[in-house]
Amino acid sequence: MSESTAPIARPPAPTREHYLNVKYGIKSWLLTVDHKRIAILYLISITAFFFIGGAAAVLIRLDLATPAGDLVSSETYNKLFTIHGIIMVFFFLIPSIPAVLGNFLVPIMIGAKDLAFPKLNLLSWYLYMIGGSFTLWAMIAGGVDTGWTFYAPYSTTYANTHVIATALGIFVTGFSSILTGLNFMVTIHMMRAPGMTWLKMPLFIWAQYATSIIMILGTPVLAITIVLIAIERLLGVGIFDPALGGDPVLFQHLFWFYSHPAVYIMILPSMGVISEVISAFCRRAVFGYKFIAFSSLAIALLGFLVWGHHMFVSSQSPYAGMVFSLLSFLIAVPSAIKVFNWTATLYKASISYQTPILYAFGFIGLFTIGGLTGLFLATLAIDVHVHDTYFVVAHFHYIMVGGAIMGFLGGLHYWWPKMVGKLYPEAWARFSALVIFVGFNLTFFPQFLLGYLGMPRRYHVYDPEFQVLHVLSSAGASILGIGYLIPMVYFLWSLRYGKDAGPNPWDAKGLEWTIPSPPTTFNFEEPVTVGDVYDYPTEDETPPWKQGSSEGAHV
Amino acid sequence: MSEIGEHHGALAHHFEDLEQQRQSADLGMWIFLATEIMFFGALFAAYAVCRWMNPAGFSTGTSLLDVPLGTVNTAVLIGSSLTMVWAVQAGHRGDSRSIIRNLVGTLLLGSVFLVIKALEYSHKFHDGLVPGSLFTYGGEQAAGVEMFLCFYFVMTGLHALHMVIGFGLLVWLILLARRGRFTKEYSNPVEGVGLYWHFVDIVWIFLFPMLYLLEH
Ligand SMILES: [Cu+2]
Repeated sequence: MSESTAPIARPPAPTREHYLNVKYGIKSWLLTVDHKRIAILYLISITAFFFIGGAAAVLIRLDLATPAGDLVSSETYNKLFTIHGIIMVFFFLIPSIPAVLGNFLVPIMIGAKDLAFPKLNLLSWYLYMIGGSFTLWAMIAGGVDTGWTFYAPYSTTYANTHVIATALGIFVTGFSSILTGLNFMVTIHMMRAPGMTWLKMPLFIWAQYATSIIMILGTPVLAITIVLIAIERLLGVGIFDPALGGDPVLFQHLFWFYSHPAVYIMILPSMGVISEVISAFCRRAVFGYKFIAFSSLAIALLGFLVWGHHMFVSSQSPYAGMVFSLLSFLIAVPSAIKVFNWTATLYKASISYQTPILYAFGFIGLFTIGGLTGLFLATLAIDVHVHDTYFVVAHFHYIMVGGAIMGFLGGLHYWWPKMVGKLYPEAWARFSALVIFVGFNLTFFPQFLLGYLGMPRRYHVYDPEFQVLHVLSSAGASILGIGYLIPMVYFLWSLRYGKDAGPNPWDAKGLEWTIPSPPTTFNFEEPVTVGDVYDYPTEDETPPWKQGSSEGAHV
Repeated sequence: MSEIGEHHGALAHHFEDLEQQRQSADLGMWIFLATEIMFFGALFAAYAVCRWMNPAGFSTGTSLLDVPLGTVNTAVLIGSSLTMVWAVQAGHRGDSRSIIRNLVGTLLLGSVFLVIKALEYSHKFHDGLVPGSLFTYGGEQAAGVEMFLCFYFVMTGLHALHMVIGFGLLVWLILLARRGRFTKEYSNPVEGVGLYWHFVDIVWIFLFPMLYLLEH
């Protein structure tokens, strides 16, 4: 199978066989059914998409540095924010934690050898790549200017850009998401090791399970909506076009029925990461395990009942608006439960301030701001004032970037030693976490003010009175951009020069830390039985890193 | 790469035993069908809203469909579900000959359905009753009729696409059965495809009255 040898430096001295070196060559990667290798494939692909989407954001922010929008034309500007939104939502955020960390960790954390359907897992990646290629092609061939929301009838009747090809790309990628969710659900139901009852599962697994529910129930609705958009565009039939007897609000209902829950596809996995990271670096089980576990499920289910808060001003009945407003307030409760429990866990803990928990701190603070401003938007009267302004833009970036990406980066730092067997350079990592935090807030906090003052979103040209805040935001974006490049560099650097991680560099609990890093192809050599995955020593014991020896000797 | 289990040829390396593998496959199929319900459910919801907004056009559209052919097709499809049930039962007995016989029966009935469907489609094309540039209907409520026909083609088209995928699965099962892969202990692919086939039938059971019968 492996006739071509990839230029990967073999580690010196006694080479242990693990999933990375068991086979070499491009074919061994493209045909792999090992969940860990598929996770790596996803990691590479979503990183590429992240930097494409990020480049679009940089151009947008550069252009907005002047009120007249001197850098690009208005048409190009519309295409840029559309590319940014579509790539970041469908090709980065939604697959990010589930397809990378989830793929890698779900089987290991529950003591299984692989996901229930390994070939389906590989198919998911191929679907993702096919959908991504379609979308990229559409962008290179001329782009789309509908915004990531594809609102009809603009997208179906008036836009003269590559709507159908982009829609097709998203349609195909949707099935990758569905198959990943299906695989996780079956795996979590059927393949837990003896002793791992539902209430002994790691909280990350609960989060993945809740996310999978949304993936399998929400994504098909988006799929059919996209099909209808394409058909209406192709045939000129007015399902969504009011001029032809259709209903544009119907499109909004269908679109947000998926796209609101999709926010929870992005944030729930991050919450799972934060629970794991906090317990590992506070060296105690997370306070209120059951509350955190069940609040994930509550978020997944309630998340399907609030989509109407996107249509408060779209001719939706005011009574429906009131119900959706109330439900949107309700869904803040399970999120708040998580935040309170994390905070209670941190209280008086002997915390080790390593990079992953810095990201967890960032997550808790920024997610809370994002969540609370979400309540502003869920309030009917305030929403009339701030809807479609930069206030909304700032709100969802606090959730999706401040929340979801912080969680992804925290998790990537936490499990990187497990994934590649090497430690990343801690000082650089802390530094870049700080840069990202500062850059993020400088980018998006001014946008709350902009929105409150009345700056509409998606505008290419704006009043000069807004320039100061826009310049602050653009300055923040360039800091943020650099902040994201630093981890990219030192992660790659660590592959070759990083210190050997050993099986458990954090002295953390959980099944993934009981096996060597990187793991072998089938994860576990011996049959696994599970006790308590959060079995941390009693409170007063001095953690090993404070005794001077950081050698990860696990029990 | 693909390790064969020691106990049974059909046991994949990452499962403990055949029972776990069977239950996983079943659960996977049920979850898949849940996504299918959401897929068609959203389409039905869109249909309902559009029908509510264009009642006259949709009932005119309904009256243009061929009820006798639709009825025959409903019966044919229910028959194919029956042969599918027999195939699943034969699987439980590990009776390969009976599995093959009933799967071929399902395949034939499914083909009859698709042939009739193609006949209906060609009549619609011939009469200019297709949405888009070929649409020539000149009566009242033309926009509503066109929208109805659009839903008709999308819904029955997606249903037919599911049947074509089902054909592929049936052929795959027949090949496996001919190689003697199904035993008393292991016939879960037959069961899974059976579930899928019944689901596709049920979709039609909803489509038929919604499209053909609901004139008012
Ligand atoms: Cu929402």
